[in-house]
Amino acid sequence: MAVEVRIPTILRTYTAGEKVVSAEGDSLAVVIQDLESRHPGIADRLLDESGLRRFINVYLNDEDVRFLEGLQTPVADADSITILPAVAGG
Amino acid sequence: MRFDSLLDSVGGTPLVGLPRLSPSPEVRLWAKLEDRSPTGSVKDRAALAMIEQAEKDGLLYPGATLLEPTSGNTGISLAMVARQRGYQLVCVMPENTSAERTQLLQAWGATIVPSSAVGGSNEAVRVAKEIAAANPEWVMLYQYGNEANARAHYETTGPELLADLPTITHFVAGLGTTGTLMGAGRFLREARPEIRIIAAEPRYGELVYGLRNLSEGFVPELYDESVLTGRFSVGPLDAVRRMRQLMDEEGIFAGPSSGAILHAALGAARTALRDGESADIAFIVCDGGWKYLSTGAYDGTLDSAEEALDGQLWA
Repeated sequence: MAVEVRIPTILRTYTAGEKVVSAEGDSLAVVIQDLESRHPGIADRLLDESGLRRFINVYLNDEDVRFLEGLQTPVADADSITILPAVAGG
Repeated sequence: MRFDSLLDSVGGTPLVGLPRLSPSPEVRLWAKLEDRSPTGSVKDRAALAMIEQAEKDGLLYPGATLLEPTSGNTGISLAMVARQRGYQLVCVMPENTSAERTQLLQAWGATIVPSSAVGGSNEAVRVAKEIAAANPEWVMLYQYGNEANARAHYETTGPELLADLPTITHFVAGLGTTGTLMGAGRFLREARPEIRIIAAEPRYGELVYGLRNLSEGFVPELYDESVLTGRFSVGPLDAVRRMRQLMDEEGIFAGPSSGAILHAALGAARTALRDGESADIAFIVCDGGWKYLSTGAYDGTLDSAEEALDGQLWA
């Protein structure tokens, strides 16, 4: 299961500057594990002991995974995952 | 309709059906036209409520100075109310906002302190907090954490929607301060426990996410995830495409954030149709297109409009 993961500017130090990387896994948790094996250090920036960090938003095909099944959200081939820091609006 | 003053006319906006964009007679879309507000945006409700609450709390006196971080609409609404009530307004606004926002703020008498485009509204919030600390006599209403913001929608937007659309099944709005979704969402949930409350969150260009470190991320104090049932990230291409579709098919001239909200509403409509459910989906038209004419959002191809909005705070 290969998925495309969009990396925000602030985390590209882990991906040698790449904006989009590929990763494998059948759930978001496994995809993040796979990302960590390819880009060591990145998982710690995404996760803390409670799960996704407060200021990190992850979207599966544009839907916030917190409203899907969180880290257990199933991921299918050709899905797109976007990681973004939380920012203000208004 | 007659009102004693402009401020008395805030709220009570029309809810209009979208016969062409609704996918079937059983799955219907409804637009709440907040552009029909005194300054042309949904923010008039929150601005008026926050100022009235500050007056009740004894924080304001004639000639008092208000300070607010804003990407535009809240500032414009506050400027209008402040002008009527005899207060000064200082807005901290990111420099990557449309020219019309600056012009309107100045026309209503506000002073603008520009903040860096990098970091978007996060940076405006940070700068405003610094200025507030240096000017303790100024009053920062702070839309992101001011309960009166959400309460305005609990007390007005929510009840208006329920009165106009008792069969409402979905409410879709933009996620900025989160005030609209939290306030109207809570009210509607109490009346219709099964209602879906869906957030459409603008996805800006990379510049806006240019934080120095992740601890500079920002979640508004008003935000309570449990009010929502879904949250979607909508990029400028989909926002502009839907904004134009709203104009082409229904004649509604809205800004890009309303296009993003329509995109999420259409997603909900598609799901209802697929599942064979009937649905009455109400969404917010936050503002009209007037303030975005100079951005290029309405000219040329979708791609050129997307490019024009890149790096702008378009919602």
